[in-house]
Amino acid sequence: MRFIFKTDYRQDIRLFRHAGYVFWYGLLGVVLVAAPFVLSEYVISQLHFVCIYSIVGFGLMLLVGFTGQISLGHAAFLAVGAYTEALLQGAGMPLWVSLPSAALLSAAAGIIIGIPALRLKGIYLAIATLAFNVIVEEIITRWEGLTGGNGGKHVKPAELFGFTFDSDVSFYFLCLSLTVLSCLMLINLLRSPTGRAFVAIRDSEISASCMGVNLAKYKTMSFALSAALTGVGGALYAHKITFISPEQFTLLASIELVTIVIIGGIGSLHGAVFGAAFIIVLPQVISVAKDYLPSGAAGISGLQAIVFGVLLVAFIIFEPMGIYGRWLKVRTWFELFPFYRQGMFRRQKSYMKSERLR
Amino acid sequence: MSFFRVEDLGISFGGVRAVDAVSFEVNQGEVYTIIGPNGAGKTTIFNLIGLLYPASSGTICFEGRTLNGLAPHRVAQLGIARTFQNIELFEHATVLQNLLIGRHRHRSTSLWQEMAFLPAVRRAELAQREAVEKVIDFLELAHYRDGLVAGLPYGVRKVIELGRALATEPRLLLLDEPSSGLNPEETNEMAFWIEDIQKELGITVLMVEHDMNLVSRVSDRVLALNEGRSIAQGTPAEVQSHPAVIEAYLGGSD
Repeated sequence: MRFIFKTDYRQDIRLFRHAGYVFWYGLLGVVLVAAPFVLSEYVISQLHFVCIYSIVGFGLMLLVGFTGQISLGHAAFLAVGAYTEALLQGAGMPLWVSLPSAALLSAAAGIIIGIPALRLKGIYLAIATLAFNVIVEEIITRWEGLTGGNGGKHVKPAELFGFTFDSDVSFYFLCLSLTVLSCLMLINLLRSPTGRAFVAIRDSEISASCMGVNLAKYKTMSFALSAALTGVGGALYAHKITFISPEQFTLLASIELVTIVIIGGIGSLHGAVFGAAFIIVLPQVISVAKDYLPSGAAGISGLQAIVFGVLLVAFIIFEPMGIYGRWLKVRTWFELFPFYRQGMFRRQKSYMKSERLR
Repeated sequence: MSFFRVEDLGISFGGVRAVDAVSFEVNQGEVYTIIGPNGAGKTTIFNLIGLLYPASSGTICFEGRTLNGLAPHRVAQLGIARTFQNIELFEHATVLQNLLIGRHRHRSTSLWQEMAFLPAVRRAELAQREAVEKVIDFLELAHYRDGLVAGLPYGVRKVIELGRALATEPRLLLLDEPSSGLNPEETNEMAFWIEDIQKELGITVLMVEHDMNLVSRVSDRVLALNEGRSIAQGTPAEVQSHPAVIEAYLGGSD
């Protein structure tokens, strides 16, 4: 086990807390850069999805995990990002115009949904965002002149300064760099006053407000940032599958995004990545498992949805901190070996809370 | 111009007149205490000052500025900090993080700077940390600095909440029952903190409190409330022996 002897305030705000972090993240970086040259095309293609869903996961994690606002409509922001990118790319705009535009337009949509969110909490906010999702989906379907309606829309490969991201490897590096960038941005935000204000709102709105946190401003900001990241994810998603249509952005897609956050582990950036990897890997596992199941069971339509649902419920009941929480426990077990206690991560009982203004 | 003045303050919840035409004035540098039996409207007055409830009548003035109609977060930004009777800390954060949130009104960096964690943000963070460390030193919280609030005993949380309020560098500190839930030893310590806050930091304190030992030890002046109306005002000894106060606590002779 490592004890860090602190002698400087800077130690508490640095990116890598100690040499171990530098080593392991450095190793991860090397592996990620080397990956496309070693792995098969199919695996790289899956890694694209992991990166894209990680970015979206970061966005949703900021809102759900760090600001404590639920959203069941994030597929709408994904759609705004995807269609903005598709339309601008179609009009011949380079990536450095279209990608920021996708982020900005999604952020604008985020602000629009953020304003009613100032007055709504919990289940009511969930319903409002859900309705927003349905509205956006409907607009995309009906506005055929712009979006192609149910016929869908083709998306060309991304282009930046004359370079076209048409190979798997180049697109992988585009996705990877954007994932790293958005992750760094969130880490920075979370160690500065804005991030602390978000977390304060999550934990107790009333005392955040009594500390001078402008609830309206910061909630809207969180919605906007979350939507912007989701929009960037949406733009990459459009390039990845090269064909977008309204049925990719339904309520079910939103729930899949919430699954990333919950299964990954609410309130941690690791969780977003773990969750993204999980929902990409799971369908593969299911399709492999199908070969070994009796033909009756393998033939059930919607087997995947059932497995997803059961896992989501199981995680909420048995591991509310998600995969990241499980990882923390395993790591602590090794760090403290042989002194790990069963109840170490049991949540402390909280004292009486004042119920006023809740 | 008075430092802090409440005039003719009132609010009704349905048919209940919870606070009824209460007026008082707090001078700079004093400890002013509001006492009264349960349901007298003490905490409601705090919530009115914090603008958590809109007052139905009356005005609240701080340093010559009328607070009525401002957004709740503006109160903290003007230099009024408060604690809660039942502790409203950020449970899933460490003590240090809790105190840092208290520095929110002193932040100087913008969202864009923070996203890149520019040197300006780094410098600002170190300055905030130093300010917080002063509070930690003052309240002797060094031992708990990196502990999660959720795992700390009640008495310590009470001090942490006090620390979070102090971290905002307030000019007026509202303490809502600082001794509730504390044992006599901790209450005694709390009295020391309050005296230190007044004398060493020069912060004016407005406090709601039940423990008469604590009240008479630290307060300069006391206001007694009953059923939303003020019934007596003066030094702790005067108020304690005031017939209306005795009647409110013990009931009339008839």
